Amino acid sequence: MSAQDSIDAVAALPKARRDLIPLLLPVALALAALPFIPSSSTWVTLTIAGLAMGMMIFIMASGLTLIFGLMDVLNFGHGAFIAIGAYMAVLVLAPLGGWMQADSIWLNLAAVIPAVIVAMAVTAVLGLAFERVVIAPVYGQHLKQILITMGGMIVAEQILYALFGPQQIPLPLPTSLRGSFQIGEAAIEKYRVVCVLVGLVVFLSMLAILNRTRIGLLIRAGVENTEMVEALGYRITRLFVGVFMAGSALAGLGGVMWGLYREQVNAAMGGELLVLVFIVVIIGGLGSVTGCFIGALLVALATNYAGFLVPKLALITDIALMVAVLLWRPRGLYPVTSR
Amino acid sequence: MMPLSGDPPRSRVLAVALIVIAVGLAFAPFLFPGAKPLNVAAKVCIFIALAASYDLLLGYTGVVSFAHTMFYGVGSYGVAIALYSLGARWDAIGLGLLIALPLAALLALAIGLFSLRVQTIFFAMITLAVASAFLVLASQLSWLTGGEDGRSFRVPELLQPGTVFIPRDALGVAVTGRTLTYYLVFASCAALFLLLLRVVNSPFGRVLQAIRENPFRAEALGYRIVVHRTLANVLAAVVAAAVGALNALWLRYTGPDTALSFNIMLDILLIVVIGGMGTMYGAIIGGTLFVLAQNYLQALMGTVSTAAGEAGLPLLPSLFHPDRWLLWLGILFIASVYFFPSGIVGKLRGGSG
Repeated sequence: MSAQDSIDAVAALPKARRDLIPLLLPVALALAALPFIPSSSTWVTLTIAGLAMGMMIFIMASGLTLIFGLMDVLNFGHGAFIAIGAYMAVLVLAPLGGWMQADSIWLNLAAVIPAVIVAMAVTAVLGLAFERVVIAPVYGQHLKQILITMGGMIVAEQILYALFGPQQIPLPLPTSLRGSFQIGEAAIEKYRVVCVLVGLVVFLSMLAILNRTRIGLLIRAGVENTEMVEALGYRITRLFVGVFMAGSALAGLGGVMWGLYREQVNAAMGGELLVLVFIVVIIGGLGSVTGCFIGALLVALATNYAGFLVPKLALITDIALMVAVLLWRPRGLYPVTSR
Repeated sequence: MMPLSGDPPRSRVLAVALIVIAVGLAFAPFLFPGAKPLNVAAKVCIFIALAASYDLLLGYTGVVSFAHTMFYGVGSYGVAIALYSLGARWDAIGLGLLIALPLAALLALAIGLFSLRVQTIFFAMITLAVASAFLVLASQLSWLTGGEDGRSFRVPELLQPGTVFIPRDALGVAVTGRTLTYYLVFASCAALFLLLLRVVNSPFGRVLQAIRENPFRAEALGYRIVVHRTLANVLAAVVAAAVGALNALWLRYTGPDTALSFNIMLDILLIVVIGGMGTMYGAIIGGTLFVLAQNYLQALMGTVSTAAGEAGLPLLPSLFHPDRWLLWLGILFIASVYFFPSGIVGKLRGGSG
C-alpha cells in the first residue's frame, strides 16, 4: 500500500457521527411537563427530585451496563450488590450514631464517608469473588449466565434475610444533610442536591476514564472486539475482573445512597431496584454509559412528574417509556455497535 | 405416550417413575384421601403442566422468560374476575377463558415481537420488567382485581365441595364436587402436557431445537428465528394461562400471591432446571419432587430450626427457618445448573440427553 493509498483510506473512514437527539430528551421531557404543573416552584422541586433519583439509578445501572458491554455478561445478581452496599452502610453507621446526629458537617462526613468506602470495598471484593467463582465458568453461555446469576441473586437476598431479618432497618440521614434550601418558593432538599452532585461526578469521571486514559481505551476496545484486544497482548481477564469489581462497587455506592434517600433498608430492595436498573439499561442501549445516564434521568423525571400529575399512571411510566423508546430505536438510545 | 409423540422416556427408571406418578395422580382421591393430600396432588398436576409449558421456552427454544407467571396470572384472574362478577355459572368460566387466553396470546406476541428480534438477554430483561409492572398493576387496580386481597369466588354447583355424588359409606371415600374438580384439573393438565409433548416432537419443535443449538444455521436454512421463537412464546403463554385458570378453579381464590408472585416464577425455573431442561418429562419429575418437598420438607426445616434454636447454636435457626426455604432452593438451583445441566431426566438417561 503506497503512502497516498493510506491517506485516502484514512480520509475515506466515516467520521464518528455525534448523535445528540437522545441528549435533548430529558430536557424536552422537563420542558414538556412545565405547562401541566400548576406552579413553577413545584416544577423545580419535582425536577430536582427527578434528577436526584435519576443520578442514583444511574450510579447503580452504570456498573451493570459497563459489565455487559465489556464482558457480554448480564449480571442478574447486580441487585444483590445494591442491597449489600446499603446493609454495609447500616453496619458502619450504627456505632457512629452520635456523629450522625451531631450538628457538625465534619462529624457527619466522618461517619458517612467511611460507610461509603466500606460499602464499596465490600461489594468490590464480593464482586471479585462472584466473578471468579460464579460467572467465570459460564462465560459465553447466555442461558446459564442468566440462570446462575439469578440463582446468586436469590441466595444473596435470602442470606441478607437470614442475617438481618425481614424488617425495614432505619438508616437515618446525618443532620447536616437534612432539611432543604429555599430558593424563591421552591423547596429543594439538601440531600437531593448532594445526590445530583455525586451522580455528575461519577458520570464525568467515568467518561474521563473511558475516553482519556489507557485503561479506558482498553475497555472501549474490549467492548468493540474482545479477541482483538487479547491478540494484541493484553490480559483481558484482568480487565474483566477490574471492571466487574468497579461495577459492583458502584452498585454498592448506589445502594448506600438509595438507603439514605429512603432512610430505610430491607433485603428486598435489591430485587426491586434491579427491575428499574434493567429498564434504564434497556432504554440506554445495552453497554452504553451515556445512554444509561440519559435513560436514568428520563425514567426518574417521568416517574416524578407522573406521580404528581396522575399517581396511578406512575406505576407504569417506566414500562411505557421503555416501549416508546424501543419503538423509536429498537436497540435503545445508543446501541453499542458490536452487539 | 409413544403413539402420541414418538418420544419415549428412554430410561427404565424414568419410565417406572413416570408411571408411578401418573397412576398416583390418577387415583389420588382414593389412594390418599383427605383434604391436604388432594390439595398437594392438584398442585402437582398444575405445576407439571405449568413447568412443561415453561420447558417449551427454556429447554426447547433456549430463551429465559421471567413473565411466565404473568400469563399464569392472566388466566387465573380471567376466570376469577368472571366468576366473581357474573356469579357461579359455567358460562362465566367460558367467558373468562375467552378473554384471558387471547389476552395472554396478544401480550406474548407483543413482548416477543419487541424483544426476541434482538437478543435472548434482552428478552429476559424485558420479561422481568413487564412482569413486575403487571404485578404492581394487579395489586393496585383493586376495583378489578381485589388488590392485595385478591378475589374469592364461588364455583358452579357441580364443582362445589358440598355436592356429594357418592357418599362416604359406599366406597370409603366420599366422591364430591371437589373430587370432580380434581379430575377436571388432572385431565386438563394431562391433555395440556400431551399437547406440549406432541408440539416439541413435531417439525415445529425440531426447528425450535435447531434454533436453540445454532441460530445462524437455522436462519440460513430458511427458518425465521423471530417467527418461531415468538410462536413458541405465544403457545407457552396460552398454556400457562389455561393452567392458571385451572388453578383459580381449584383454589376458588385468585390473588397476587397465588397467581403472580415472583416466587412462583422461581419455583417453575427450579422445577424445569432440576427436572431436566428440554426433556418435557423433567417437568413431571421436577414438579412432583418440588411440590412434595415444598409441602412436607418445609415443615421439617421448621423442626430443624427449632431444634437448633434450643441447642443454642448461632445463625442456624435463622438459616433453617421455613421462610428461608428459597435460600436452599437457590443453592440447589446454582449447583444443578453447574453440575447437572441436563437435570434428573438427563442423569437417568445416562448423560446422553
